[in-house]
Amino acid sequence: MKLLSVSRLTKSFGGLTAVNSVSFDVQPDTVVGLIGPNGAGKTTVFNLITGIYRADQGEILFKDQSIVNFPTHRIISQGIARTFQTIRLFQNLSALENVLAGCHSQMKSGVLGSLFHTPRQRREEKMALEEAMEALAFVGLDSNALQMARNLSYGKQRLLEIARALATKPSLIILDEPAGGMNEHETWQLVALIGKMKERGITVLLIEHDMSLVMRVCENIVVLEYGSKIAEGPPQEIKTDPRVIQAYLGVEEDD
Amino acid sequence: MEQFLQQLTNGLAVGSIYALIALGYTMVYGVLKLINFAHSELVTLGAYLGLTLLTSLALADRLGPLLGVLLLAVMVMGLIAVVGAMLDRVAYRPLRQSPRLSAVVSALGASIFLQNTIMLIYGARYLNYPHDILPKMTIHMVGIDVPLVRILILCVSILMMGGLFFFIQKTKVGTAIRAAAIDQGAAKLVGIDVNLVVLLVFLVGPALGGAAGLMLGLYYGQINFAMGWSYGLKAFTAAILGGIGNIPGAMLGGLLLGVVEAMGATYISFAWKDAIAFLVLILILIVRPTGLLGERVAEKV
Amino acid sequence: MIQYKTIALIITTGILAVLPQFLNPYWVDVLNNIGIYAILGLSLNIIVGHTGLFNLGHASFFAVGAYTAAILNTQYEIPVLWLIPVCGLSAGLFALIVARPIIHLRGDYLCIVTIGVNEIVRIALINNVFGLTGGSNGIFGIDRPNVFGMTLRTPMEFYYLILAFGAVTIFLFRQLEYSRFGRALNYLREDETAAQGSGINTAHYKLAAFVVGAVWAGMVGNIYAAKMTIISPESFTFWESVIIFVIVILGGSGSIPGVILGAVLVVGLPELFRDLANARMLVFGAAMVGMMIFRTQGLLPQRPRKYTLPQGRRNGEGGE
Repeated sequence: MKLLSVSRLTKSFGGLTAVNSVSFDVQPDTVVGLIGPNGAGKTTVFNLITGIYRADQGEILFKDQSIVNFPTHRIISQGIARTFQTIRLFQNLSALENVLAGCHSQMKSGVLGSLFHTPRQRREEKMALEEAMEALAFVGLDSNALQMARNLSYGKQRLLEIARALATKPSLIILDEPAGGMNEHETWQLVALIGKMKERGITVLLIEHDMSLVMRVCENIVVLEYGSKIAEGPPQEIKTDPRVIQAYLGVEEDD
Repeated sequence: MEQFLQQLTNGLAVGSIYALIALGYTMVYGVLKLINFAHSELVTLGAYLGLTLLTSLALADRLGPLLGVLLLAVMVMGLIAVVGAMLDRVAYRPLRQSPRLSAVVSALGASIFLQNTIMLIYGARYLNYPHDILPKMTIHMVGIDVPLVRILILCVSILMMGGLFFFIQKTKVGTAIRAAAIDQGAAKLVGIDVNLVVLLVFLVGPALGGAAGLMLGLYYGQINFAMGWSYGLKAFTAAILGGIGNIPGAMLGGLLLGVVEAMGATYISFAWKDAIAFLVLILILIVRPTGLLGERVAEKV
Repeated sequence: MIQYKTIALIITTGILAVLPQFLNPYWVDVLNNIGIYAILGLSLNIIVGHTGLFNLGHASFFAVGAYTAAILNTQYEIPVLWLIPVCGLSAGLFALIVARPIIHLRGDYLCIVTIGVNEIVRIALINNVFGLTGGSNGIFGIDRPNVFGMTLRTPMEFYYLILAFGAVTIFLFRQLEYSRFGRALNYLREDETAAQGSGINTAHYKLAAFVVGAVWAGMVGNIYAAKMTIISPESFTFWESVIIFVIVILGGSGSIPGVILGAVLVVGLPELFRDLANARMLVFGAAMVGMMIFRTQGLLPQRPRKYTLPQGRRNGEGGE
């Protein structure tokens, strides 16, 4: 059984084909890496999966249901959550409220409930608060709950984005360069966190430039170059794949 | 048919005035992402200064009508440009780093201030432009008699817009303005003096607005301290219609709006004239959310 | 801390309750205007302050409410205050219909459309649309409202009606702030893409913000019509929308006390400067520029919400 299945996904901007007929599957309870040189179309694939861009062609199945070109909020409520490459927190709100945004799709109260604070609304609010705190604790930010997001360190902001995504109760979480801007210690914590997510039964799909991290945590790796898939397989195979070495790892070693 | 052509030329003349004013909104918006609500008052001020200079210097008598009005236009444009630059210095520059809506309130405040200043100086009554400045002749073309002033306004506006277009597209300074409009940070990095660009925009835009004010005075013959706001609103509508920040868009939007309004007033209902203009705007925005020539920005995520 | 707040609240309520007893009717009427604009400001605050949508046409919603009250009262003799919910609903429905096709427009495009809607409404009223609005003279002869058998006539009697409606508004809007709905609006304002990415239906909430703001403006329209007994298009111009907008931004976008203070200043101060006669508005304009320069965030900006964290969790290291 596949959790997520992307087939022949295509997107172009103007004349440039950013994603060209890309297909891959994500099996449940695995960690999958999406790698490739800059401009390979990785983030575009994520934006297509989460409905932020509209696909020109192709199909995306999640739990065997088509979700292609659904509005983002519906995709999120189906059980896919994401973080952003450029951190997109609500900078002027507290860490807690950032996570409560993730709880939003799990809650029901509308305008009237919110105006009159009905008993059901109060119960729901209390639950959400607990769940938000739980998500913060899960990433180790519970002691920062009432701090403004903008006052957190870069690494903590990345963790806060993960907490916000987790609060939507996803079965698949999509992380866009989660280790970007993290120091070694924080990266190490991130690896542990990804392990914890997997234990909870959350499948992880991630983009990452830190090759040692990718090789350590991913069971399966998809390699993109110029918008097309050039390889797919377990880390050992990818490491030795000549096309990948030429296209990607070779370049990386030059740095 | 004759009525149609009359209304078409009338619409084009008024529309070209809208376009000149719209350029001021769109240039400032392009660089600063600020709606300069006080721009409409600069138009009013242009009309009043034009009248003052016209009567006090008797330019038309000394230099003949065409040369006199031309010199007058140059003087008004120069003065309004200075006022425009001062406006930016006092009301907008301190707010560059502020939330955008705060700058909007400052612009509204500046607008109120300028409008009431004009009222205190010139009074609240309508003032008349002298009747005999431009010859009251008509020119026979395309089967109708078109008033000379109408043709002059259209020609002068198109000349000015052409000049601006050349300046923006072909000169080094114009390129700097376009660069700053696309990305201020990047423009700074390649050594463009963004403050200079802003100053330029606040000189050129108001100068065109001042010229438009003078034209309004000459065309309609009557001016009032509150006239700016309705023309300003129309011009802002035109700028949005064309795609705000886009210079050819402002020109197209202005002309289109002028014609739509003239036609709507004639063939649909005069009383609903202004409503028709806004209705057309809304319908166009529903189809093209960023205006006729505005770019569809795909946000980088 | 909580005690201090309760005491302040009691004192404020007490002062507000007895204030008109010490003022002449003229000043009580000024207070009534401040109250009406404060509630209008609070309703616009939902749209502009909380959601960050650029609405410069709020007076059109106010107009729909006021005209609904005037038409139904003068044509069918329905007691005017009974019509409060009807006025709210009609303004809300109007907002829904108007905003639905344009809600996806970005900031300044939305701004001009709201101005345009305001103008269209005003022109429609002047042109006596459907033969109901009475043209540029408006509608007169709206009945005096009746509360528990007492007919409201004097400014002082209206003062208590407006005060009561204002108190209810503040209470409910504060509840709204501390809710899933209120937070969703703030997420939208901070970062629309991130809000979507967190599972929030942004188009829905933008529309909902417009509708809630319009419903309230419509209800205020009812009270305004009842107070004036005569209404005409000139009370619902773009200029009115500008005043309400300025109240929100000047006072403090997103902040209930800020908006109230904004109404006090914007409506009250020009009254104090009556001696300046014609120069009054000039000073007012200059003051707007000055205040924005020196208090960019408004006089009393929105404060972070306070949360009582669940038991067994460590407290945060200060929220502000």
